[in-house]
Amino acid sequence: MDFSWMAWTLPTALFFLAIALMLVGMGVWEYVSPGGNPRVGVLRFETTRGDRLFVSLLGAAFIHLAWLGLVGANLWWALALSVIYAIAVFRYV
Amino acid sequence: MMTNKQPLTQRLSWLVPTIYIVFLLLPIYWLVNMSFKETSEILSTFSLWPQNPTLRNYTVIFTDPSWYSGYINSITYVVLNTLISVTVALPAAYAFSRYRFLGDKHLFFWLLTNRMAPPAVFALPFFQLYSAFGLIDTHIAVAIAHCLFNVPLAVWILEGFMSGVPKEIDETAYIDGYSFPRFFVKIFVPLIASGIGVAAFFCFMFSWVELLIARTLTTTDAKPIAATMTRTVSASGLDWGVLAAAGVLTIIPGALVIYFVRNYIAKGFALGRV
Amino acid sequence: MEKTWNNKAWFMVLPVLVLVAFSAVIPLMTVVNYSVQDTFGNNEFFWAGTDWFMDVLESDRFWDALTRNLIFSAIILAIEIPLGIVIALNMPKKGIGVPICLVLMALPLLIPWNVVGTIWQVFGRVDIGLLGRTLAALGINYNYVQNPIDAWVTLIVMDVWHWTSLVVLLCYAGLVSIPDAYYQAAKIDGASRWSVFRYIQLPKMKRVLLIAFLLRFMDSFMIYTEPFVVTGGGPGNSTTFLSIDLVKMAIGQFDLGPAAALSIIYFLIILLLSWIFYTVMTTSDAQG
Repeated sequence: MDFSWMAWTLPTALFFLAIALMLVGMGVWEYVSPGGNPRVGVLRFETTRGDRLFVSLLGAAFIHLAWLGLVGANLWWALALSVIYAIAVFRYV
Repeated sequence: MMTNKQPLTQRLSWLVPTIYIVFLLLPIYWLVNMSFKETSEILSTFSLWPQNPTLRNYTVIFTDPSWYSGYINSITYVVLNTLISVTVALPAAYAFSRYRFLGDKHLFFWLLTNRMAPPAVFALPFFQLYSAFGLIDTHIAVAIAHCLFNVPLAVWILEGFMSGVPKEIDETAYIDGYSFPRFFVKIFVPLIASGIGVAAFFCFMFSWVELLIARTLTTTDAKPIAATMTRTVSASGLDWGVLAAAGVLTIIPGALVIYFVRNYIAKGFALGRV
Repeated sequence: MEKTWNNKAWFMVLPVLVLVAFSAVIPLMTVVNYSVQDTFGNNEFFWAGTDWFMDVLESDRFWDALTRNLIFSAIILAIEIPLGIVIALNMPKKGIGVPICLVLMALPLLIPWNVVGTIWQVFGRVDIGLLGRTLAALGINYNYVQNPIDAWVTLIVMDVWHWTSLVVLLCYAGLVSIPDAYYQAAKIDGASRWSVFRYIQLPKMKRVLLIAFLLRFMDSFMIYTEPFVVTGGGPGNSTTFLSIDLVKMAIGQFDLGPAAALSIIYFLIILLLSWIFYTVMTTSDAQG
């Protein structure tokens, strides 16, 4: 079976590996302490840590897009901003 | 409840659905009307009903394999898809309705996002993915591809019906010595029969009406009728009569299915799972 | 219902997971891979970084298509939801009228989407269509092939024709679940038609309305087949919605990179909106 059409590159492979590791990590965390630490944050509804990860990742995607559209191609700053955003999400949402 | 002292607005309330239904049926009537006319009559005279009714357009479809095989192809993959979707969705819906497990809520949401993903996004990699597995132009390829949006839908609908069945029934059955598979098939499935009917209806519906993916994955042997129609529009000098007849014939399977499940539809919608 | 914690339930979900992941995850990964590379066919790819994303974000084509899509969805919702409610409120509650209404109203929902397009393409034509002919006879200059406004009106009327029934059926299902006793109580209190609607019927329909809203938004946001058949995205680009543009790019011009980048942006927008709607839906569910 030929899968060369998938056109893998190192950066995208690393990207998906990182996502997969995050999911495994969340799975292990959930297994060790089940329930997902639900609480009601600034968004006024109950979130678990899985929800917070999702909000962080989705937000990070939009931060990167906005950076590309508004500032330029240097995404390291967008990445830094995303990390700050993710920390804020895990702390307050 | 009804009395003869109702205000005028209420006595005329039947007008609203009636006008709406007339609005729905007019374009369909026009298609039916055209399907009984010769193409030359369609183009030359404008009439509300066929002046020289003819069955020629239908004869063309039923005698030309490139036309009628389109219907067979469509029905084959739609039925396959409905069977696969409902079969795999049953145990999954049971799991979602009865148990909590690692990552269950996120899994459920992920399934739903696939119902909401635009087919256009997937059309191109689909072709290459199914080529890699040598499945292009087979009925099973379309059936599996349509699972992308039908399986989440079936899980969603079935989970709603299953949550309505009290858990005590499961427990009593286990105490009575039923094994899980036997309980599931003998007791549980009959209890949610109407739910299975509704789920199958919606799987049939969305697989029947979808064209973009079905067209991408097929070339000749499994080409759906809807795709055959688009080809005719562009190639054969616009045979409006045959086109209309083909269109009318695609409406019939849907109409039959609605008629048989009409009592379940309202119930399925009532659970608010579509 | 209190659910038991049981990780073995994963085995029941596994077939669904495998089946859906096959068609969802592999294509999604491929799209991501394409979006950062350039190709001239033959499976040869060149690293392009984030260029395609910048191209898409800076192109008027993308923003125009997105704007058209949002306007279209907004108009559709503004017409179909109130119209659906009004029709559902006036549906017969019992008797022979109920199955007749249900079957006839569900009919457009089961017509293949390109046939819906064909029906309206024919119906609206000035030379052979009933609608086009009638409008011409009334002296209205209507031509959906050349006039962008006529094209938009045709698409909107077509979508209303196609999908309002879904809203009607959902609302009707919500309405029939209201016990008769509620109406009798309202009658004894001398409640007006409006307050019956506002305080009895609307609350009962809240949940199904949310679902109708969600479904209609999602489906109109990814509309492809019907406008493609009727107008082909024209006249000009006036009815080129995101999906139409995407297919044009990917299959028509074989610009895999830009098409993939556009797909990802499109998908992210849908993901965000789905998440917001889903969260609103489940939270309002939990509150009863």
